[in-house]
Amino acid sequence: MIRAAKAILRKDLLLELRTKESVPAMTLFTLTVYVLFHFGLDRDSLDGELASGVLWVTLLLAAVIGVTRLFAAEREQGGIDALLLAPVDRTSLFLAKAGALFLFLSAVELVAVPAFALMLLGPDLGGTLPELIAILLLANLGIAAVGALVAALAAETRARELIVPLLLLPMLVPLLIAGAQATEPFLRQQQGPDDLGRWLGLLTLYDVVFVLLSVAVFDYLLED
Amino acid sequence: MGGVALKQKLGDQARGKQLGQPLLAQLAQRRLALLEPVQLHPREHFGRLRELDVRVLHDLHAVAPGVAEIEAAASQDLGARVLETTPHRLAIVHDQAEVAILVGPLGAARGEHEKLVAHVDEGHSGHPPAQLELEQPAVEVERLLQVVDLEHHVVDADQPRHKPQHRLPAVAAIELDGLERRYGERVALAGVTVRVEAGQTLAVLGGNGAGKTTLLRVLAGLLRPHGGVARVLDAALPGERWKLPGRVGYLGHEPLLYRELSGRENLRYHAQLHSVDTGRVEELVAAVGMERRADDPVRELSRGMVQRLAAARAVLHDPALLLLDEPRANLDPAAAELLEPLIGRASGRTRVLVSHDVEGALGESDAVLRLKRGRPVGEDEDLYR
Repeated sequence: MIRAAKAILRKDLLLELRTKESVPAMTLFTLTVYVLFHFGLDRDSLDGELASGVLWVTLLLAAVIGVTRLFAAEREQGGIDALLLAPVDRTSLFLAKAGALFLFLSAVELVAVPAFALMLLGPDLGGTLPELIAILLLANLGIAAVGALVAALAAETRARELIVPLLLLPMLVPLLIAGAQATEPFLRQQQGPDDLGRWLGLLTLYDVVFVLLSVAVFDYLLED
Repeated sequence: MGGVALKQKLGDQARGKQLGQPLLAQLAQRRLALLEPVQLHPREHFGRLRELDVRVLHDLHAVAPGVAEIEAAASQDLGARVLETTPHRLAIVHDQAEVAILVGPLGAARGEHEKLVAHVDEGHSGHPPAQLELEQPAVEVERLLQVVDLEHHVVDADQPRHKPQHRLPAVAAIELDGLERRYGERVALAGVTVRVEAGQTLAVLGGNGAGKTTLLRVLAGLLRPHGGVARVLDAALPGERWKLPGRVGYLGHEPLLYRELSGRENLRYHAQLHSVDTGRVEELVAAVGMERRADDPVRELSRGMVQRLAAARAVLHDPALLLLDEPRANLDPAAAELLEPLIGRASGRTRVLVSHDVEGALGESDAVLRLKRGRPVGEDEDLYR
């Protein structure tokens, strides 16, 4: 299973490197949204709850783009048939797709978070990077698990551009709450962790539940 | 009942019965008991029945009630009708390619048997109940002896004229009976009944929208059948679809290759999915004559070259069954010849070949399925109007 998952993940990363269809689009989207918030809120800088909310909503909306495109190559070039014809455990496909989405999100955040700090954030992020990275990675894991599940569900549907956000975003609400609450203390003028453990715990719980749930049901999603 | 006692009794009774004795010996050795109750469906055991070292009784009507004697495969005349008229509760003991059969536990009463035969004779499907349950797996010795007494019906398996030429089982690679597939309310396939032996080629002919591609996708396990019986490589679909991955090669309209990857990268990816050595990739790249362009992205290749790579992809894992949808589309004659050992009749694989080249398909097939609007039609029907 791991061998097949590696092969699929390697292929997905190679395709992304060649086509540059997901990560650049997601990154440009986040930058555009920051600009819109800048003008929409008519503020030079944000902090606290507002900053946290803007950051997380932007990242989740960017994730929608990645999820919508996660099975694009399979859908358009027959890769799902090829996978179904191969003696491959479908869990390996889930692991590979979730892994690819996790890496795509992390790559986007490498640009999007510093850009957020530069374009919108008032307080300096410098001293809080380790905690922020931990929160982001935990959140990425949850988004990747749910995203791969939703992407597989929508892969063969005609209205996938509609189905993906309609299914994905409500499922990500607990993650949004935990992520925003965990991040908010680091985006204040007077920085300091506030119940960080509790929110990290919630993020971890979310990840565990949705990874297990996704593994359990993924097999059935690709059935005719 | 002990094996020794059984052997003794059988030996006594069968002495002098030249034809029945070897059969008895076989049966005695196997002790004629199934270890656990089994569920039998005639069609599930069709392949096994063809191996039997006992001749089919041509006149099943005359067989005593509850006795079902089936013949060896060598004569290849185990027709569906015979199978369908097989009485209920047929027990089959299959051991290392030598099959001794005998008789279910006092099976159907005469009335039931005759009713079933009459039913089939009237032209109805011979399907008895969907699942035939063997309620009492052990075979009665007395029953064996009754069978042996039917000596004119039982042929010694060791007699050369009845020995199969090949010990490989003549198992059906594909067996469809009344296959049906719908897309919503629209019926894409209905009433498709066909049997393809291992190593044979089935040509599927029909116009656009006749259901040819749907049939291939059902056989590949990519689509569920919605009705009828479908067995592919001993996997009953859709329940045993899990048995198919890695055993079927599919060459359809889509090459199943990623356009941004090179041919070699694509084949290596598929080789990893199928746990095939990368040496096989190089072998196939050479076999399809793509050494020079194997590292170019697929999107830069001509359609013929892509088709060559797709053929290599389809046979990468050496599948037992090849499903070919217009396999020679876009190929020039030289390329078609190049692919012949891989996907042609020379490959020795069981093939289902969809083609609009009617004469070509007929020329390389053992059986033909003519489809029109999803249903099988006869030779007199114009497929394309």
